[in-house]
Amino acid sequence: MRPARSFTAELVRNLLRKRDFYAGGLIILLGLVMALKGPTYRLGTLMHMGPGFLPTALGVILIFLGILIAGAAFGVPPGEDEDILPAHPEWLGWACILAGPLCFILFDSYFGLIPATFTCVFVSALGDRNATLRAAATLAAVVTVFGVGLFSYLLQVPMPLLTWRGL
Amino acid sequence: MIATALTDLWYGFGVAVQPHNIMWCFIGVLVGNMVGVLPGMGPLATISILLPLTFGIKPVGAILMLAGVMYGAQYGGAICSILLNLPCHPPHAVTCLDGYPMTKQGRGGVALGLTVMASFVGASWGITEMIFLSPILVRVALEFGPAEICSLMLLGLLAGSTLARGSPLKGVAMTVLGLMLGIVGTDLETGAERFTFGMTHLDDGIELVALALGLFGIAEFMNSINQVTSVNTKYANVRLRDMRPTKDDVKQAIAPMFRGTLVGSLCALIPGTGPTIASFVAYATEKKISRHPEKFGTGLIEGVIAPEASTHSSVQGDFIPTMSLGIPGDAVMALLLGALMIQGIVPGPQLIKEHPDIFWGLVASFWIGNIMLVLLNVPLIGIWVKLLTIPYKYLYPSALFFVSIGVYAANNDMFQVGETVVIGILGYVLLRLGFHPAPILLGFVLGPRFEENFRRAMLISRGDIGVFVERPISAVFIGLCVLLIALQIYVRLRGPKNAIVTPPALESAE
Repeated sequence: MRPARSFTAELVRNLLRKRDFYAGGLIILLGLVMALKGPTYRLGTLMHMGPGFLPTALGVILIFLGILIAGAAFGVPPGEDEDILPAHPEWLGWACILAGPLCFILFDSYFGLIPATFTCVFVSALGDRNATLRAAATLAAVVTVFGVGLFSYLLQVPMPLLTWRGL
Repeated sequence: MIATALTDLWYGFGVAVQPHNIMWCFIGVLVGNMVGVLPGMGPLATISILLPLTFGIKPVGAILMLAGVMYGAQYGGAICSILLNLPCHPPHAVTCLDGYPMTKQGRGGVALGLTVMASFVGASWGITEMIFLSPILVRVALEFGPAEICSLMLLGLLAGSTLARGSPLKGVAMTVLGLMLGIVGTDLETGAERFTFGMTHLDDGIELVALALGLFGIAEFMNSINQVTSVNTKYANVRLRDMRPTKDDVKQAIAPMFRGTLVGSLCALIPGTGPTIASFVAYATEKKISRHPEKFGTGLIEGVIAPEASTHSSVQGDFIPTMSLGIPGDAVMALLLGALMIQGIVPGPQLIKEHPDIFWGLVASFWIGNIMLVLLNVPLIGIWVKLLTIPYKYLYPSALFFVSIGVYAANNDMFQVGETVVIGILGYVLLRLGFHPAPILLGFVLGPRFEENFRRAMLISRGDIGVFVERPISAVFIGLCVLLIALQIYVRLRGPKNAIVTPPALESAE
């Protein structure tokens, strides 16, 4: 075992645990997308800038910033800033929050505003740790009555209340 | 000069007291006051939800209402901090330090009463500043060419992203990301479609409402789900007569109130230093000049009054660059500016001249709104405290429905609801990686105008990038940018030892 090598390995392993390493990585990735896609829109010259000029320039800046952010992770001692996921990941909660609006899109496209509102609130309410089906349904019913009254009758949002567009 | 300002203000009151405008203002401050108290619902999310509903009303009413939400929330945030030790909103985090101990001693009512008073004084000063400074700024800004506007925007963007919370590097990265999101869609000058990835729904660009609700709605809910603990309202029973301060209390509060106001108004003049920084600086100042600094944190009235006055004075002052130059200092201002743009109003120095009803009506409504808030806050505190006991599990599902239908109603387009979900996921990932997404909004709102002016400046100078340092005014702005960056690097290298006060749970997002 040569000490120099294990030191490097330790450094890399430390880096791979750092939040800022991934933060920088994400920024570099976004920058790369822009810097590579930008030139396809025609760069132009400085005097007559094409549509691709600013995206490319911003992409390059982002890559640079990403490298700096990721580089800053080197200086952080082991054990700090490693919490990318929270202590108690709420996978169910997150899924329910995201599913709520998606249900709204789906049910509104096929069945109208009333079912869409109900499912949106019902599904997202299930994300709470202490949620029960009954409490979620009650809340959904209350919000549906209130929401339909407000948006459909008062604010006249053009949306059919109940419809059937087939499956 | 003063005479014209006063005539204009008189005209503004004429606009603001029109019955429907008063009504919108009242709805705005009431809703703002309410969400200011509710944990987990910031003014940003509320303004974004209300934004699509304002499309149907006239621009003046819309901006009066949305601005009302913003400063109304400032009043509500103080209640949370003082009575419950909850720093719901970052500007009021320091108020907890001395506010909650006062509550425990049974003097919470007095603290609240004096806070309302200090808030009104702070806000009044901020409004006065706005009345007299904005026309001067406008006169200067009307001389600006595209090069000056570009450098000024650069300064605004840099200040907004580096002086806010968190790592300055990450802040700048978020601003650049915002600029990029602003580019998505059809390029106005050449008609090229950029970053639409073949989706025709994206031709008009990313929708402001979808972006704001994704970042400050969905991402924020994902962050807070099952994290919000039920609050302890043991000390929160405040009756109306508890709120009347004694003569001694008032005497003690007057000096810190004016000092806080002054600090806040100075902070408002520096772009990018919002109410949060103003409140911290005010607290630190009080502690420094106090004869008994060791007593801070045990329930000193100075520690409550100064930061609150400072926050309010800076909140009103923040409107100065937003309305007179078209350059927002933080995400809330960017959102308000976006609301004006959706109504077809071009922000910039010409706004006051072309739409005097909006500017002076807004200024006058600030006063009306603040008086309403003082009157509302006193009798309603009991109700607001009850609101706090609404569990989060009822709050966020209802809010998600409002988010969905709000985004849909903006353009009657379901695609944008999906857009919001995608942005929400991105926003949560960014939050977990230690980014604060607020500067994204700043970049997004300024992006298209920045590109347009940059193009124009380059066309006029025949592609000479040196124009930004050759023209004197522009050179000053660029110099300030360099100074700002140098200062950040200096602070970084010196280490975090010079933190003014240790912020209690400041990291809990807005």
